[in-house]
Parts: sequence; structure tokens; C-alpha cells
Amino acid sequence: MKLINWLHRHEKVRLATLLSGPIAWLVVAYLGAISALLITSFFTINTFTGDVIQKFNLGNFQELFTDPAYRNVALRTLFIATAVTVNCVILAVPMAFYISKVSTPRAKKVLIALILTPLWASYLVKIYSWRTMFEPGTGVINWLFGPIGIHSPGFGLISIIVGLTYLWLPYMILPIYSGLDRLPNTLIEASSDLGARNFATFKRVILPLIFPSIVAGSMFTFSLSLGDYITAQIIGGKIQMLGNVVYQNFSLNLPFAATISAVPIAIMGGYLWLIRKTGALSSL
Amino acid sequence: MILSNKARYLLMTLMGIGLAFIYVPLIIVFINSFNASKTFSWPPRDLTFDWWNRAIANTGVREALGWSVIAGVSATLIALALGTALAFAVARYEFFGREAISLLVVLPISLPGIITGLALNNAFTQTLGIGTSAFTIIVGHATFCIVIVYNNAIARLKRLGTSLQEASMDLGANGFTTFRLITLPNISSALFAGGLLAFGLSFDEIVVTTFTAGPGIQTLPVWIFNNLFRPNQAPIVNVVAATLIVISILPIYLSQRLSADTSSGGRF
Repeated sequence: MKLINWLHRHEKVRLATLLSGPIAWLVVAYLGAISALLITSFFTINTFTGDVIQKFNLGNFQELFTDPAYRNVALRTLFIATAVTVNCVILAVPMAFYISKVSTPRAKKVLIALILTPLWASYLVKIYSWRTMFEPGTGVINWLFGPIGIHSPGFGLISIIVGLTYLWLPYMILPIYSGLDRLPNTLIEASSDLGARNFATFKRVILPLIFPSIVAGSMFTFSLSLGDYITAQIIGGKIQMLGNVVYQNFSLNLPFAATISAVPIAIMGGYLWLIRKTGALSSL
Repeated sequence: MILSNKARYLLMTLMGIGLAFIYVPLIIVFINSFNASKTFSWPPRDLTFDWWNRAIANTGVREALGWSVIAGVSATLIALALGTALAFAVARYEFFGREAISLLVVLPISLPGIITGLALNNAFTQTLGIGTSAFTIIVGHATFCIVIVYNNAIARLKRLGTSLQEASMDLGANGFTTFRLITLPNISSALFAGGLLAFGLSFDEIVVTTFTAGPGIQTLPVWIFNNLFRPNQAPIVNVVAATLIVISILPIYLSQRLSADTSSGGRF
């Protein structure tokens, strides 16, 4: 009995040792820092010295909601994130379907590696590469498509949407691919045996079943687009996103930067709450 | 699967377009690093190795590379220790809040980098009052590297099961000996793959670095960003960018060979 008790205690001690480091880091340091950021969003600064004054007030939020400039940036950012997510779904579904259901097992491995590699390629280089694509005048888009009459739209809203779609596409392909891989082929065959055409099978059998995977992918494409500022700086021309406003205020008015960064946090919180019933969180 | 030829060709075409979309820009950057023209002009009229030689000799690039390696190695070591410990706790024990861990651990890479960066900057400069330095970069990087090691380690631990460990204990080995002779050799390739990918992620990171870097410290991505709009530096930026593309192939290739546990290499 004594031994069992001792072992039991020992086990708890071991568990506590394993957990203490990571929990201290992720909960105390990381979540603590996020909470401190949200608290800071209610503070203000001394306009002469630029120091943060730790006095609770709603002034920042008032400014955020009443100034139409911030509302426009927030709406534009939401539009960009939505457009990027839709683009990613349109591109990713046929690619994931091809990899999962059409390609040979050998080709499958190669294709997965081809999708994964750019996920690990430098973020900055990927956006930079689109600068050379969209460059007005001598850019690659003009060189490739100029002869058939398509010209680069230059740096602006379109290039931001294309760039972000490019960045986050693998994040959409991979969950949809694993969702399709779990889907038995017999289901699709049963549907066509029962007389459904390709499109009807896709719409009424495949799409509902891979919907949680699409939502899982959209969490990444949506959230990562919401907070991005480097893409807009490199290929966005004069277009600003929420992240750019945060970045500009970061050195001037830290509490206000925190207030603006609460917007993507709130949107993502709402988004997670909306999708909690789709089973997307467990299909990550 | 049975598909009409028409559907099959359509899908094949879409797959091809998708792959072209992914790879054409990267290939262009690579070719461009040999472009003899100093200002961007496409297609290149002449090719040269000159920019590569100059990039290798560039002190700014070398210094930035040094900081990137320091930050990457340190963050990876921290992530290896914390991620492995967490994976063991979740895979081998029952405890309150275990389900919440998988969400918590993925948060630093699923929230936009600017949130993580700003939160850490605020914590370092305001709450703790220690300012930013090389140390704070390492803390920032380690925070989002933990998930990579964790995902690789937990996939392996779940597949491994506990029977080998129990057999070893039944045969008289104590906990430490079992870990050293049985568990560690079985998970080491997954840890190596996880560590490699964590280093890769740290090496590429720019947003969190921008917010946590001490004065005067530039990692390679920060150096690229600061030199992107300087006309004289453009050819050297091209070379560094091309190098980063080639380097990124290495960790993914090695980790796929070492550990087939997670299809995404633990990024999810």
C-alpha cells in the first residue's frame, strides 16, 4: 500500500516536472503577454514624452470606432482576408482532389513534397518574388501575358490578394487533402452508381464531407491575412491593412497599436466561435 | 477512382496551373540572382556570378547570418526541451486540461505574427522593463518553435505505444535506463526532424523578430527587408533570397526521410 501511494505521488511529481517548463512558457509568458497587450489597449500615452500612462480609459476604442479611416482599413482588411480565403479554396480543392483521388501512389508522394516545400521557403522571399512578377513595365506578368493582352495591375489591392493567396495556399491544400484522404472512394462510386453526375456528386457528397477541412484551412488563411503588414508594404503600393496601422503606431503610441491589434483578435475569436460546431477544430 | 477522361484532364490541368502558380515566382527569383543588370529587368540580357561573389563578401549579410544562426540554434534547443517534455506529458499521462494543450501550443503560429510580436514587445519593454536584445529574439522564436517539436514528438510517441517501455521495466531497467536505452533511440529521429524544422521556421521568421530584436541586431530576413528598397543592394538581395529558397528544401527533404509521422512536418 505504501509503495502504491509512493508510486502514485512519484507519478504526479514526474508529470509536474514535465509540465512545469512548457506551461510556464506558454501560459504564463505567452498568454500573459497577450493579456498584458489587451490591458495596454486601455492605457494612453503622454503626448510630450511618449511614455505609457497606466490609467484605464476607453479613449483608444472611441477613436478606433469613430474615425472612419480606421473603419475603412478594418473593412478593407476583412475583404482582403475573405477574398484570399475564397481564392485559396478555389485553387486548393481541385489540387487536393487530384493528389488524393487521381494521382498514383508514387506521384502522390512527390506532389505532397512539392506542396510542402514552399511552406518552408522564406516568407519574405515569396512576397519579394511577387514584386518581380507585378513590377509595372518590366515585370514578369507583363512579359508572360503582355502578348495576349493581359497587363500587370501594378502594386495595389489585387497584388496584395494574389500575394497572400500565394503565401497561404499550402495551408488550405493540406487539410483538404487529409480530409479527402479519409473519405472512402466507395462513397463517390456509390453516388455515381446511383446516377449522380460528376458535379452532383461533388456538390452533394464530397463537399459536405470535406467542409470541416475547408473551415480548418480557412482558419489559417483568414487569420494570417488579417494580421499581415509586410505583404502590403512590399507589393501593396499605397494600400494599408490593419497590420500596417499597428506597425506605424507601434513606436509612436503603443497602447493604440494594442487597441488596433485587438480587432484581429476579436474577429478571430468570433470566427472560432462561429465554426466551433463544424468540427473543424478537431480536423486540424 | 473511376473518372471520365474529361474530368481527369480537367483536374490534371488545374493541378498543373496550381503548381505553376506556386513555383514560377520562386524560379524567377533564382534566375534573377544571376541577372547581370543592376536594376530589375526581365528577361535578363546577361547572366553573371558576380552578385554571388559580392554577397558572400558582404559584411552586413555575414553579420545577419550570424545572428540568424544564434537565434535559430538557441530557440531550437529551448523548443526541443519544452516541446518534448510537453509531448511526453500529453502522450503518457491523464490530467486536467490536457485537451486545451493542443490548442494552446498551436496558438503562437496560428495567431498573426504581429500579435505575438507586439504582445512580447509590450511584455519585455513595459511589463518587465528589460528592453529588447538578442535574448528577447530567442524567447520570441522559441515560443512558436515549441509546436513544431511537440507535433513531431507526440506523433512518434503515440505510434510507439508503451509496450516496449513496459517490457524494459519488466526486465528490471529503471525509468532512467529505459528512457536512455529504449525511448530516446526510438524518438530521436522525430526529435531531429522537429528540431530541423524548428530551426527552419526560426531562420525565416521576420515579423516577431522585428518586434523583439534589440537595437542594431539584424537577422537575415530583417536584413533583406531593410535592403529591399535600396537600389544598390537589389542584386545582393536577389542572391540572399535565392539562397534561402535552396536552403528551405533541405530541412523538408531531410525531415521527410527521417520521420514520416506528420505529413506537414509538424507545421499544423
